[in-house]
Amino acid sequence: MSRVMHLAGLEPLAIGDDSLFVNVGERTNVTGSRAFAKLILAGDYAAAVDVARQQVASGAQIIDVNMDEAMLDSKAAMVRFLNLIAVEPDIARVPVMIDSSKWEVLEAGLECVQGKSVVNSISMKEGEGEFLRQAKLVHRYGAAAVVMAFDERGQADSFERRIEIAQRAYDLLVDRAGFPPEDIILDPNVFPVATGIDEHKSYGIDFIRATRWIREHLPHAKVSGGISNVSFSFRGNDAVREAIHTVFLYHAIRAGLTMGIVNAGQLGVYDELDPVLRTLVEDVVLNRLPADGGNATEKLVAFAESYKAKGRTVEEDLGWRGGSVEERLAHALVKGITTYVVEDTEEARVAVAARGGRPIEVIEGPLMTGMNVVGDLFGSGKMFLPQVVKSARVMKQAVAHLVPFIEAEKARTGGGARSKGLVVVATVKGDVHDIGKNIVGVVLQCNNFEVIDLGVMVPAQKISAAARERNADAIGLSGLITPSLEEMAHVAAEMEREGFTVPLLIGGATTSRVHTAVKIAPNYTHGPTVYVPDASRAVGVVASLLSAEQRDRFVAEVAKDYAKIRVQHAAKRGPKLVTLAAARTNAFAPDWAGYVPTVPTFVGRRLVANVDLGEIAQVIDWGPFFQAWELSGPYPAILDDPVVGEAARNLLAEGKAMLARIVGERWLAANGVVGLWPANSIGDDVVLWTDETRATPLLTWRNLRQQNERPPGKPNYCLADFVAPVASGVRDYVGAFAVTTGAAVDARVAAYKAANDDYSALMLKSLADRLAEAFAEWMHRRVRTGLWGYAADEALDNAALIGEAYRGIRPAPGYPACPDHAVKEPLFDVLGAVEAGMEVTDHYAMLPAASVAGFYLAHPDSRYFAVGKIGVDQLEDFAARSGIDVDLARRRLAPNL
Amino acid sequence: MQADHTAELTRLLTGRILVLDGAWGTMIQQQHLTEADFRGPAACGLHGHHGDLNGDNDLLALTRPDVVAGIHDAYFDAGADITETNTFNATSIAQADYGLQARVREINLAAARIARGRADHWSARTPGKPRFVAGSLGPTNRTASISPKVDDPGARNVTWNELRAAYSEAADALIEGGVDLLLVETVFDTLNAKAALFAIEEAFDRHGGRLPVIVSGTVTDASGRTLSGQTPEAFWNSVRHARPLAVGLNCALGAALMRPYIEELARVADTFICCYPNAGLPNPMSDTGYDETPETTSQLLGEFARAGLVNLVGGCCGTTPAHIRAIGAAVAGVVPRRVHDREAERVVA
Repeated sequence: MSRVMHLAGLEPLAIGDDSLFVNVGERTNVTGSRAFAKLILAGDYAAAVDVARQQVASGAQIIDVNMDEAMLDSKAAMVRFLNLIAVEPDIARVPVMIDSSKWEVLEAGLECVQGKSVVNSISMKEGEGEFLRQAKLVHRYGAAAVVMAFDERGQADSFERRIEIAQRAYDLLVDRAGFPPEDIILDPNVFPVATGIDEHKSYGIDFIRATRWIREHLPHAKVSGGISNVSFSFRGNDAVREAIHTVFLYHAIRAGLTMGIVNAGQLGVYDELDPVLRTLVEDVVLNRLPADGGNATEKLVAFAESYKAKGRTVEEDLGWRGGSVEERLAHALVKGITTYVVEDTEEARVAVAARGGRPIEVIEGPLMTGMNVVGDLFGSGKMFLPQVVKSARVMKQAVAHLVPFIEAEKARTGGGARSKGLVVVATVKGDVHDIGKNIVGVVLQCNNFEVIDLGVMVPAQKISAAARERNADAIGLSGLITPSLEEMAHVAAEMEREGFTVPLLIGGATTSRVHTAVKIAPNYTHGPTVYVPDASRAVGVVASLLSAEQRDRFVAEVAKDYAKIRVQHAAKRGPKLVTLAAARTNAFAPDWAGYVPTVPTFVGRRLVANVDLGEIAQVIDWGPFFQAWELSGPYPAILDDPVVGEAARNLLAEGKAMLARIVGERWLAANGVVGLWPANSIGDDVVLWTDETRATPLLTWRNLRQQNERPPGKPNYCLADFVAPVASGVRDYVGAFAVTTGAAVDARVAAYKAANDDYSALMLKSLADRLAEAFAEWMHRRVRTGLWGYAADEALDNAALIGEAYRGIRPAPGYPACPDHAVKEPLFDVLGAVEAGMEVTDHYAMLPAASVAGFYLAHPDSRYFAVGKIGVDQLEDFAARSGIDVDLARRRLAPNL
Repeated sequence: MQADHTAELTRLLTGRILVLDGAWGTMIQQQHLTEADFRGPAACGLHGHHGDLNGDNDLLALTRPDVVAGIHDAYFDAGADITETNTFNATSIAQADYGLQARVREINLAAARIARGRADHWSARTPGKPRFVAGSLGPTNRTASISPKVDDPGARNVTWNELRAAYSEAADALIEGGVDLLLVETVFDTLNAKAALFAIEEAFDRHGGRLPVIVSGTVTDASGRTLSGQTPEAFWNSVRHARPLAVGLNCALGAALMRPYIEELARVADTFICCYPNAGLPNPMSDTGYDETPETTSQLLGEFARAGLVNLVGGCCGTTPAHIRAIGAAVAGVVPRRVHDREAERVVA
């Protein structure tokens, strides 16, 4: 059975007995590449990293890294270079071959690579003891090993010595070091041929024979070699060297060579070699006598003189350079290519300038577009974090190029030069997780934001102090664990208390948009609170928030989104309920002893018929009119809305025209009933008494109490709380009303429909509804200022009326504060609503449709609220109070269960 | 040092799917402990300690051992075969945030002893169901493969040798405290994990014996890679040299999103597979901080079991004893995944 060597960079690489030849890139080796050595010696690591990238792009499946150079601190150079390529995903995807003749350099390298790498090399040069010690450590570090054919007596240079050492090393590794045989790579020494020295003639063929022997005799072991050595005599003649490599590899691979250290971009194809050259090379490599006589080496040397064709050059795939500058910038950002970013950025800047634009537009336009692509790819799993960090670095270079232009512009226009903004970031108190926060910091800084990182476990005071001291433009909070969520809400509240208005950014694994909208944002109302899903989004969010042009729209969009989320959330998830007993303990309790109710001008009911429609029309609230026509937006702002403004203006004009006819031609009649009675609360019930003796109940209005867990200091409201309890001895009152403007609507609607004028039919209905609501408003004012008279000197304009700036409320059955519709039946009875032409159907709908009915509560603290979800305990209590069975109560209160 | 139970665990894991415990942080958070709890009695010597300790859950082994023991009991009662020590952050690197590097050995020792005591108690109570203790070694809060600096991609805020020293200290104390296994978990950077595995091997050398080791990585986003960028197969290749008793994934995505990566590991790893996901995705609006109810998580893991993907299951963040009980019920009687020879079942490239 095959035992496969499983290597890994960021991605796996399997090399089995049947695998194809594996290219190990050699150009990141200071001993093999003078160009690379120069870069490293000059400290130009960026260019050195590019060499590695190009090797992988050219097909290297592993890259060999060697820093053995006398003028170099090899260990430090190895660590630095491996750390640099570790964060380059298009290099780090392949495994590394850590190459040195010094054990301490190998070990330092092993401590830098997360994948399964290969060590090149260990040997028996210093005896079995040291060999076994190193081998065990290599295995413990999790690497495979190249074993050089070298022992106490020196380097193997014959076939016999090669196989002798291979056998001995293999046995020691497998039997004594517990080294997996599939992770043993034997290197039988590639030495130069055609040196002119007779003993060197068999170097090529001996390597090939040794390779075959190893593969046949040492199970699962692999064979590798430094291929370029073989052609060392032909330095300077790349064409011939390439031919030698090609021929040597051709035969070595056929003999079982697993992998070779090669210039991955510079390998030829055996069949495509010049046949004359190929034969000459073959004679040398295989140590054959030339068919036409003579010395193989001499013949190749002679031929080589005349054969200095240009060696193969590596061609990068530059197809993407043909795109538009926007496409090129996006490509560079996504792929993390810095090579052309400055020239592309400059091209974009010149183009923007040519049309009179500003340099900042390059950032806000094509660069941000590119980063958004990165964000999308990351969000959908098509990029991973190290790649995103690379993209951020490309962005930084582009921005760095633009900064002088932006500052020059600022100097011209008088603006001070500073970074795009300063962000204070912190992991909140109680939490020590900071990896995500650090990445956000990196990405923001790459985009020219200044970042003050306060670290981990940062208390709220420290965050606000730093933000104030540094005049921060935004504050970013991070946290991973659940308790951090509460701490973030606390920080938000503290920012509110301390008067901050700058944006608050929320991020971290357990945070979410919903949580931010529901639990954090409401604590901080003076500035925007924005959830940032991941580091790649941080730049877009911060840039939008700090851009004068984009800020308002962005903040408005987020606010709208979060408001929607809050509504959805409230609807979706029942809040935590407290027991009915606990809710009652937390009832709203006004100071009844100090309350003197106003005595109404009459007790009982009255018909209010044929009210002047013109008077009612003056208090119409037009807002809901547009909603009825499915035009969304607040009135009157909707009239100027860029999208629906024109439609809204037309609709309003047509509505007002029809309204004028309704009023002028008396199409509709406004009739209503109103009643005022002595009343007191008994528990959650409100009892309306027949008369001042307060002995005979006229109507018992069974109310429901909020049962959701309330924040400290907030009561669990029930409408009964606004009516003086019987036990208080306070002689309180409650009113009721039912009004309609709908009596004649149906006939006219039918007429319009018959005439196929659905538009007018709908218009009439919507206006009748508006009039009924306005009639209720008109009636309420009349009750406050006259019939009951508790606000006799009230003077409110229309907006204040609509804004309910008056004292008292008029809750309607079926609405959030008193959700039970059933009370309409007794209500209509006691009001004698039938006299106003109104009735209640079996399903508690009011007829005509354009009708409004409800109660009047006068206490100054009375307010509207939503009962919300109630518990089974309140359901059972309500059923018992109402004298109905629980199932019926359950049906009537279904929306609240 | 405990005896090496590799043979017994192998027999058990071959016969049925074993159950690991659930979240520790979630359980501790639900107790709403105060700073005073974390500081413990005066004898713990923390009353004068500078800086907040609230949130340093591992410290409870010293200051509220009753709380720690209670959580072990709750998970054993829910049917867990293996409990983890409450030592996820008990390395000198992670404890540096609280200024408690000096107490790391003590914390690990105490945590291991508490877990050992509870496991022995439950093993005695249910002799047919032996209970085991896995010494938890978390990832620390630093990454050896990712640069913390914008301008210097080659920079690192922790080195191999710092990690190795930190893990050595923790592993020694856990072994001494009597754990049956070592669990290198929530691996987001494989280099950190390799340093831990290296340190564990050294600790075994010092103690003159071995214990089974489990390695569990974490896939953090939709790319299906670890935070440091490795695919699951690359991750397995990089830790396989430690010959772990089991390899798997935990935390992060929750079972549903984790499935393709568990499947990948199950395909390539020639060892037992473990899987202990979060209770779904983080949901700050729920009581546990996570989405899934015991029913949901257990149904998902039950499907993994029936699909032949796993040998050891449990829960991570947001799971509770109710989740573990439900998971145990969902995998009961399901034949565990058969460990295969990696090469026998796949074509080599």
